[in-house]
Amino acid sequence: MRELPAPIKMVTIPTRLDFTITPGEAPARFLKGMMEGRILAERCPACGKVYMPPRGSCATCAVPTREQVELSSKGTVTTFCVVNLPFYGQAVEIPYVCASVVLDGADLPFFCLLAECPVENVRMGMRVEAVWCDPAERKPSLENIKYLRPTGEPDAPYESFKEHL
Amino acid sequence: MREVAVVSFAQAKPVRRDIVHNEVEILMPVVAEAVASSGLARDRIGFTVSGSCDYLAGIPFSFVMALDGVGAWPPIEESHVEMDGAWALAEAFTRLQHGDIDSALVFGFGKSSVGELPEVLTLQLDPYLVAPLWPDSISVAALQARAMIDAGLCSERQMAEVAVRSRRDAKANPFAQLAGDFDAASLLKEPCISSPLRRHDCAPISDGASAIVLAAGDVARALCEKTGRTPAWIRGLDHRVDAQNLGVRDLTTCPSARIAAQKAGVGTAAVDVAEIYAPFTHQEILLRRELGLSASTKINPSGGVLAGNPMMAAGLIRIGEAASWIHRGDARRALAHATSGPCLQQNLVCVLEGE
Repeated sequence: MRELPAPIKMVTIPTRLDFTITPGEAPARFLKGMMEGRILAERCPACGKVYMPPRGSCATCAVPTREQVELSSKGTVTTFCVVNLPFYGQAVEIPYVCASVVLDGADLPFFCLLAECPVENVRMGMRVEAVWCDPAERKPSLENIKYLRPTGEPDAPYESFKEHL
Repeated sequence: MREVAVVSFAQAKPVRRDIVHNEVEILMPVVAEAVASSGLARDRIGFTVSGSCDYLAGIPFSFVMALDGVGAWPPIEESHVEMDGAWALAEAFTRLQHGDIDSALVFGFGKSSVGELPEVLTLQLDPYLVAPLWPDSISVAALQARAMIDAGLCSERQMAEVAVRSRRDAKANPFAQLAGDFDAASLLKEPCISSPLRRHDCAPISDGASAIVLAAGDVARALCEKTGRTPAWIRGLDHRVDAQNLGVRDLTTCPSARIAAQKAGVGTAAVDVAEIYAPFTHQEILLRRELGLSASTKINPSGGVLAGNPMMAAGLIRIGEAASWIHRGDARRALAHATSGPCLQQNLVCVLEGE
């Protein structure tokens, strides 16, 4: 009797789908601002909260945001994480700090790399500012802000950012 | 069973490719319209449930973003199905049976245009033996159409006539993406995309959204009294699934649709109007038989999904369109059908009645 071939225990099935994602009206307005090195947040017409980055709606009131609000590059660290673990595809040398930062005048914190500062010195309430990439390298992306660095200003009081934790 | 009615319905006009708006921007006005038109204050809605699919968006957990367009603060009780909004409605209907809440918001949304839809749908097939061959959704439907033609259950001519009627009826539907006067003889001169299917046999690719507000018992009556609508009571609702593997199915039949129709009580009285989800012309012919619809039932007066097929919203639109006939007092009993999966694998049937 002929011997059966070895059973197949594993197959590799390449699967790939390509997508063309468009950001939507409000994010597109924001990304155009990024190309000019400007931070264009949007204010909710109902509750007045300022969204950065804007996503087109107020998540609380479910109404479109339209009014643009230009923010400065300065903000406050609300909370942060020191990354000590190496992982595949890591772009930054460990240890580094990923901070949640609310820009002055914004009501929504965003995550950003925090640099030019020893990780043990990072703290809640720390005042920081954006460091932009070279204008020639700008893309329609929040990544135009390379990282945030301390301004050296006195820390913001807890009361001023506790709403954003 | 607790009485539950569709009290309002809204939809976005489907478009082939919406490059301006993201999903939330498409959805937000639709949800706002359905809620406003229900007469219910937004903070009185007891339960919110949505239907959408990450494979369409190409983004994991994309349904979470949709809540930005709903207003989920103060915190709401919320759920999601990775299916058409019609199945979200089934969940809401079940949730309302608990008796502790009186209303629910249901919505479905999707942008089919961001990926290659026929290929995206390949990934719902058996991942080991079928999907690696990459048969797209049109080729798989063509197998079914061919089986039906070979069995003498339909002809290419009859299929073209389904397209002609749908596009003609769609002329009266302000939310139709594809409408107009065509004749079957000219359509049949077009080349096949995947034999025996031609372009007119296939639903268009659409971006869109839809939303429905459900209310129970006296709350539904009070709301409809204010809005001047007849409540569209859900008198039967059932959904069933056939085997995933195409090779074990007789594609000329659809047992899941037949059983769902029986369980929903379709055959107990005449059906005035039926909105059925048939993304391919031959599937309308098949479903008409399996759902037990007689010649006196008006089929797809909106033009059906051959006039616009926003995936994940289109099944819920069938329920909304059928309910609208009851709301206006133009029908006493209506049937809505939704489907999902290859070759009508999953089927939902909803029977709606006026007072």
